[in-house]
Amino acid sequence: MAGALVVLFVSALTFFFVNLAPGGPSSVMRFDVTAEQRATLIRNMGLDRPVPERYVAWLSGAVRGDLGTSLLTDEPVAARIGDRLPNTLLLVGTALGLSLLLGIPIGVVQALRRNSWLDHVLTFVTAIGLSVPVFWLGIVLILVFAVTLHVLPSAGVVSVGRESIGDRLAHLVLPCVVLASTILPTIVRYTRSAMIEVLTQDFIRTATAKGLAPRIVVYVHALRNALIPVTSAVGALVPRLLGGTVVTEAVFGWPGMGRLALDAANGRDYPLIVGIAVVVAAIAVLSSLVVDLLCVRLDPRVRLS
Amino acid sequence: MTRVGTLALVTLVVIAVVAVLGPLVWTIDASATDPAHGLAGPSGAHPFGTDELGRDVLSRLMHGAQVTLLIGVASMLAALLLGALVGGLAGFYGGWLDALLMRLTDAMLAVPAFFLILVVVTVVGSNITTLVVVIGGLSWMPVARVVYGETLRWKTAEFVLAAESLGAAPARILARHVLPQTVPSLVVAATLGVAYAILTESAVSYLGLGIQAPMPSWGNMLQRAQQYVFTAPSLALYPGAAITIVVLAFNFLGDGLRDVLDPRAQRRR
Repeated sequence: MAGALVVLFVSALTFFFVNLAPGGPSSVMRFDVTAEQRATLIRNMGLDRPVPERYVAWLSGAVRGDLGTSLLTDEPVAARIGDRLPNTLLLVGTALGLSLLLGIPIGVVQALRRNSWLDHVLTFVTAIGLSVPVFWLGIVLILVFAVTLHVLPSAGVVSVGRESIGDRLAHLVLPCVVLASTILPTIVRYTRSAMIEVLTQDFIRTATAKGLAPRIVVYVHALRNALIPVTSAVGALVPRLLGGTVVTEAVFGWPGMGRLALDAANGRDYPLIVGIAVVVAAIAVLSSLVVDLLCVRLDPRVRLS
Repeated sequence: MTRVGTLALVTLVVIAVVAVLGPLVWTIDASATDPAHGLAGPSGAHPFGTDELGRDVLSRLMHGAQVTLLIGVASMLAALLLGALVGGLAGFYGGWLDALLMRLTDAMLAVPAFFLILVVVTVVGSNITTLVVVIGGLSWMPVARVVYGETLRWKTAEFVLAAESLGAAPARILARHVLPQTVPSLVVAATLGVAYAILTESAVSYLGLGIQAPMPSWGNMLQRAQQYVFTAPSLALYPGAAITIVVLAFNFLGDGLRDVLDPRAQRRR
């Protein structure tokens, strides 16, 4: 329910901003047009009606899956987004998976060996990870793996004429790693501090005192509890992950929604950029819903109200 | 403060001094082109080489530092102002204002800000002012949360009660007695905010939607560098390394300040 309100909020915010700002579509700058052509165009696009009325019309279309028409290609916005969405979801899904598979074990190891040299080194690497611009990491990785070592392709989804699963995976590696870098350091940090917090609690001492194997204490008792704050942190990181797709897709020429947003921004395609913002908000909201449900599963103390 | 925090502070001061005074010493025009000597390696005349248009990379790095640092600090100040206002009002007055403002904060946090930045630059184009307003306007939420929490904690303190019983107006109590208590947390949030703003500006400028050439920023210097990554890789390395070092320094400074200013966080380590 709150999620639906967020999507509504984003749609209203972007729609009104785009339509009321100076230089918005009301100034119709697509062609060199005469005054009459311009007047016809404005009438055809419905731009002579007041903005709130147009918003209601747009909204009633949007709930039925009609997000308007792209100014650049005259295709439906929903279709253009639909074309690109699978590529972006693939990238986001694999990057999220990679961050969790690497981030949680690294954080656990750091917590178990707190203040060892390994912990300090990993803390420093994590800090660097938080500070490197995503696109620059992409450029550096291209430089190393594509230009110098020639082991991975630098752009696109597949090589033309050599399509295979292996080829697709090879193209996915660098974008996935780069996108994962936007949230991986934060997951490591959260896991480390959550584990440290849990390991000092009484029930862990009890478990150890009653003679359970350290492995079971750490992985069954401690990790399960530490995962609760980590899971909710991951929910808060999803917007950052989605935002990271724009830059990642730009660096690697990945034909996803991020690059579509970039094209829309460069081409001043207002209906398209509004549609993308709304779809991205919806994805973010759905993900946080999933995360909330996961938290309930992980933590029986939390009840859905 | 920790040694790392001090080192970070020193690094930042040195970089700021170089950014301000450097161009006075190294007087090559940052936008003077010389296509005949493009993509040159390091030499006496150009210690960091030249870019594809033959512009001096050292000079562009120093002028770019001014732009990048200016946007980073100004955006942070905008976010601080908005966040303190929202968090302070919500925490202090409570009731429907609290509900409205904090739900707004949650909603803004749930939205991928980067796409909203794209929406704004699509419509109004971009220059330094727009970027500062947009980055500040989309990154105030963590500040609001911090100020909100602190305000709730301090508004029932005895010195606030004392001010109230002396007949001070609520607005005065908020501004003079409650908000000053949030300063330690704000300093930490501000430091981390600069780091975030610099990363965002560089990404937007890299995409060609931020600072426009010929004005250099570390982000837009990387925009063309990717094309020449095969022939002149160093062109891509300098600005990226510069961003990383500055952001890293701000992050370490923030962590260091947190240890000093927030004893509760320290105990948890």
